[in-house]
Amino acid sequence: MQITIKLFATLRNNRFDSSKMEYSAGTTVLDVLNNLSISEKEAAIIFVNGRHVERDHVMLDGDSVSIFPPIGGG
Amino acid sequence: MDEIKAFLSARAAGAIAHQDLLDETSRQFGISPRDAEGYALSAGLLPARYQRNLNTLSIRQQLALFNARIAVIGCGGLGGYVIEELARLGIGNIVAVDPDRFEEHNMNRQLLCTLETLDRQKAVVAAERVLKINPAISVTPITEAFKCGNASSMLNGCDLAVDALDTISVRIELAKVCAELKMPLVHGAIAGWFGQIAVQLPGEHTVLNILERCGERQGIEKETGNPSFAPAFVASLQSAEVCKIIIDKTSPMKGRLLFIDLFEMRFEEMHVG
Repeated sequence: MQITIKLFATLRNNRFDSSKMEYSAGTTVLDVLNNLSISEKEAAIIFVNGRHVERDHVMLDGDSVSIFPPIGGG
Repeated sequence: MDEIKAFLSARAAGAIAHQDLLDETSRQFGISPRDAEGYALSAGLLPARYQRNLNTLSIRQQLALFNARIAVIGCGGLGGYVIEELARLGIGNIVAVDPDRFEEHNMNRQLLCTLETLDRQKAVVAAERVLKINPAISVTPITEAFKCGNASSMLNGCDLAVDALDTISVRIELAKVCAELKMPLVHGAIAGWFGQIAVQLPGEHTVLNILERCGERQGIEKETGNPSFAPAFVASLQSAEVCKIIIDKTSPMKGRLLFIDLFEMRFEEMHVG
């Protein structure tokens, strides 16, 4: 199945802004993070199709996942 | 009270009360600049300093802002601009919280950090700045760090809290306290070219949900730093949300996270339960 992955801010460094990738059925958000070598603490906020999800969320064909790093400066 | 309002109405220029009339009213009746501004607004008169707010904000809305009490937690990059904008907007009561003093590395982005204010307490400098803009504003500087133990006294009587902190773990504490107190919270954070804003209204846990996975004290700002335009931009978005929540008791930002990329100049909005 095909999943669109969108990375934001510093997660783009040495990776990509947006990419369509093939994954097998049953792939979770955590599988995608591991596949892209993004650690748990780097992926602070995750959305699938614009909705906030947890890391164990199971992806479906055509889904779009957006991954944001933690931002805390003031 | 009616006598003061009648005095103001008789001398106002239409619906506008100029500063010299407010000053004269203070002297004539022995009342504070704050009370003079309050009586003017209650009489349906607009203090002249707010003339360019008119048609964006009604006099009734301006009175609601004057009666509001806002806690700004953090008087650094975001907080400095938020306090400036809330003071000029017409918020009548501001609580400015920050335990730190201005340091040289604040100079690149913190509005209230100047050569004159280096080494001085940020909350005290913020209060002085507000009174230079408008002595009718009641401003309370608090030079303690925000924590659960002192949260209820800091936020006592406030209508809303602004998250202008710089430590994620403390932001989470603030979001928890606001959820418990059913107090609206306007969250903003910055890192390099990037920023985010969200609001948490009473009964919601929006900001908590966003931050709960950010386990570290700091985010990517420890690598990216923060340039001047990031706090100015995000603080302006926060101030606009404060204005709407005070006036309307709700916000179009409800249930959303807005992520700002000032490098690509793109804005992403996401739904947060």
